[in-house]
Amino acid sequence: MRYTALALGLIGVTLGGCSEGVLDPKGPIAAAERLILFNALGIMLAIVIPTIVAILVVAFWFRASNWRASYQPNFTYSGRLELLVWSIPAMTVLLVGGVAWVGAHDLDPGKPINSTVKPVKVQVVSLDWKWLFIYPDQGIASVNKLVVPVGTPISFQLTSSSVMNSFFVPQLGSQIYAMSGMATRLHLQADHLGSYRGLSTMFSGDGFPDMRFTVDAVTDDSFAQWVRKTSETGSVLDKQSYAELVKPSKAVAPFTYRAVTPDLFSSIVNADMGTQESSLSICSTSQRAER
Amino acid sequence: MNFLGKLDWNAIPLDQPIVMGATALMVLIVLVVFGFITAKGAWLYLWREWITSVDHKRIGVMYCILALVMLLRGFSDAIMMRAQQAVAAGGAQGYLPPEHFDQIFSAHGTIMIFFMAMPFVVGIMNFAVPLQLGIRDVAFPTLNSVSFWLTASGALLINLSLAVGEFSKAGWWGYPPLSELQYSPGVGVDYYLWSLQISGLGTLLAGINFVTTILKLRAPGMSYMRMPVFCWTSLATNLLIVAAFPVLTAVLAMLLLDRYLGFHFFTNDGGGNQMLYANLFWVWGHPEVYILVLPAFGIFSEVIATFSGKPLFGYRSMVAATMAICVLSFLVWLHHFFTMGASANVNGFFGVMSMIIALPTGAKIFNWLFTMYGGRVRFEVPVLWSIGFMVTFVIGGMTGVLHAVPPADFQLHNSVFLIAHFHNVIIGGVVFGLMAGYNYWFPKAFGFKLDERWGRASFWCWLVGFYIAFMPLYWLGLMGMTRRMQHYDNLSWQPWLIVAAIGTAIILVGIVCQVVQLVVSIRSREKLRDVTGDPWDGRTLEWATASPPPAWNFAFQPKVAGLDAFWNVKHRAQATKDESTPARKYEPVEMPKNSATGFVTAFFAVVIGFALIWHIWWLASVGVFGAFATFLAFSFRRHSEFEVPAEQIARFERAHQAGVAA
Repeated sequence: MRYTALALGLIGVTLGGCSEGVLDPKGPIAAAERLILFNALGIMLAIVIPTIVAILVVAFWFRASNWRASYQPNFTYSGRLELLVWSIPAMTVLLVGGVAWVGAHDLDPGKPINSTVKPVKVQVVSLDWKWLFIYPDQGIASVNKLVVPVGTPISFQLTSSSVMNSFFVPQLGSQIYAMSGMATRLHLQADHLGSYRGLSTMFSGDGFPDMRFTVDAVTDDSFAQWVRKTSETGSVLDKQSYAELVKPSKAVAPFTYRAVTPDLFSSIVNADMGTQESSLSICSTSQRAER
Repeated sequence: MNFLGKLDWNAIPLDQPIVMGATALMVLIVLVVFGFITAKGAWLYLWREWITSVDHKRIGVMYCILALVMLLRGFSDAIMMRAQQAVAAGGAQGYLPPEHFDQIFSAHGTIMIFFMAMPFVVGIMNFAVPLQLGIRDVAFPTLNSVSFWLTASGALLINLSLAVGEFSKAGWWGYPPLSELQYSPGVGVDYYLWSLQISGLGTLLAGINFVTTILKLRAPGMSYMRMPVFCWTSLATNLLIVAAFPVLTAVLAMLLLDRYLGFHFFTNDGGGNQMLYANLFWVWGHPEVYILVLPAFGIFSEVIATFSGKPLFGYRSMVAATMAICVLSFLVWLHHFFTMGASANVNGFFGVMSMIIALPTGAKIFNWLFTMYGGRVRFEVPVLWSIGFMVTFVIGGMTGVLHAVPPADFQLHNSVFLIAHFHNVIIGGVVFGLMAGYNYWFPKAFGFKLDERWGRASFWCWLVGFYIAFMPLYWLGLMGMTRRMQHYDNLSWQPWLIVAAIGTAIILVGIVCQVVQLVVSIRSREKLRDVTGDPWDGRTLEWATASPPPAWNFAFQPKVAGLDAFWNVKHRAQATKDESTPARKYEPVEMPKNSATGFVTAFFAVVIGFALIWHIWWLASVGVFGAFATFLAFSFRRHSEFEVPAEQIARFERAHQAGVAA
């Protein structure tokens, strides 16, 4: 009985299972990545499935007890077969390698999304153990809740106040590391209204499993309204309240700041100014890609 | 200053029932084993014949025993994690608090890679390579013993962390800044670092030993292109060890300097760069994957050729593929962090390079396929593992190539899809290979076969259990589940995690079958006895001598005239029906003397490691002094070899020939 329930549950989950995750993209980046995933998988399955079948068939047919199978102990080398043996994987690698090379350039996280709409900038700071989202143009900030206008490219800049984290919204696409003293770049876009799960995928300590946030993709009007409402209530994020926020805490309920000290993000990145040359080179590579 | 450094009674986690229960169980098992040895009066025997032995076969067996014990330890961590994730859904926190869960996944990875897979691989190489090369021992027999005991010291330290103090909570790769003093002030990361430093030194010494052995000490006539494929893959693996392990030692040493002496290699402040650690770690870490899997490939090559009754198809192509993998494995490390924000060209390059490795690997799969083609495949247990491997590994390789596509990796990185992928290749490749090798060479090591029925049961449980445990993880990864979650809020993940836990339970049955197989085989060893020394109709030189082989391996140095040396000799003998081999005069053999150097050095290594972990500086000095004194004592020894008299060899050979004839 319990097994029946489990089986039914599994079927139910399978059918409805795509409702979240990378197979149910809600933006152009995630959709392109799903396509690449399927293409690469398709190319490889074309080789992998016949290979598996061949292994099983050959092993079964040439079993010692099958006297109809011919015994050819001297069949140990064939130049033609060697050519085939090396060229089958070579063809596959050529195709998938092409997908990889082109994909790496098309979907470079640092590359802005082609769009006529002006991007919304968001600065992301990973803290122990919550996410801070600063909207530099709107002058507001929120914790563990990201609100974005639908159909608008979002241009992220990310850093960390402590250990390494990885910022990931499966249904919107590409993840990227958030690292202290460095700023990484990411561009995403939501094409459909809805609320999506976001999380950290890089283990960061005891509070890691609760480092979740929600992404609300809303209409332009609702976004403007949310910005206005946010800028009217809550406290101000300045050096002092930031120092308070940085203190480790787990499973923090979302809240917002009505105003943010300008340049807070760059002061977090450059907390140890003059010591992060290598990180600067990383910024410059991604900025170069942007140009 | 505190006499015992940071160590006090609080180090023992008396308030944690799970930890104390596990500790009590371990102590109990150790006591039972010690009691058994005492009751049998076997201490002196153990000391003389095993602990101080420099015989490569004994050392190989001890490596494998260490690996099997650590498999049990690492697997119990796996069961705890799967059980935790099966229940900790929604608001539930499960039965493991985060600080405990985090130690478990860190310990699971560390133990399985460094103290299960590595010793198993090195152990099988130790046992089989000198026999296959037709020689009496490795190049540096005492160094070999030192290598083993240093590995065992690392394993001891990591297990000590269960009872005294804590283990690392920073994952098995120990990325800073999480592993830096600022975020991991406890002794956990120090346990991780020192146990890896000590065992890593042992592995490096083993690598040097084997490269020298294979390059310089082959039987007369065995040119490179006449070496068995397992020796080729072992050569490649040991070259990788020699090239890659110093990088690991260096990067861990840098982290140690950060933690102990206030350096700033990887800290957030003072100019540290955490990416440097990630790069260096994986410069070792990716070759490590091939260090593990290449010997497994060699085992499959031997097993498939032997049990198909055919030479390996495309020997030269297999050798080329092995050496290609050996070189390429150093050019792909960045695929472990495509998401670090490198440029598209860098990601693209490493993505394509990672796929190119699939080329020689794919060629190998087809060569094994053509080895079976036209053969007479006997489905003994090692063959089951090999075919299970070929099917499973192809799937794992495919998902690996998926990860090598940077945009796909942006979506799948650090997800449980990745977990499924690398367990797919490490269980399906390395573990299956080691199990094939274990069943294949066991009769050579002990003179009797392993029970076949339990062996089959174990294989099927492992195979089925593996698929049930890890296929759901592929799906969960696509659903967006990430690794290392102590609890999660997404209820739709739970059914899949329950299935995965059931799969793990099936693997557990497989492991139990293996233990039963060993016990049953030992009990009915007379029935399973093999007196010929060649139970599988083997092809390579190890089957030419008695099982178990004498300390001197071969009464006469074999002369090699081609590939599959033993097979050719057997067939020539059949063709000529020349039964009266000309009587040859037995010569006395010089063998290396036993030495306690390895054990004593390792004892001091444990002392040094433990003292440094707990900041007991005076004890560390004692350990360093002791290790150095041991080294000096060894350097000044007068007699390093002893002579086995010709009569003893003649007597052994006559008995063996009688067995073969019977």
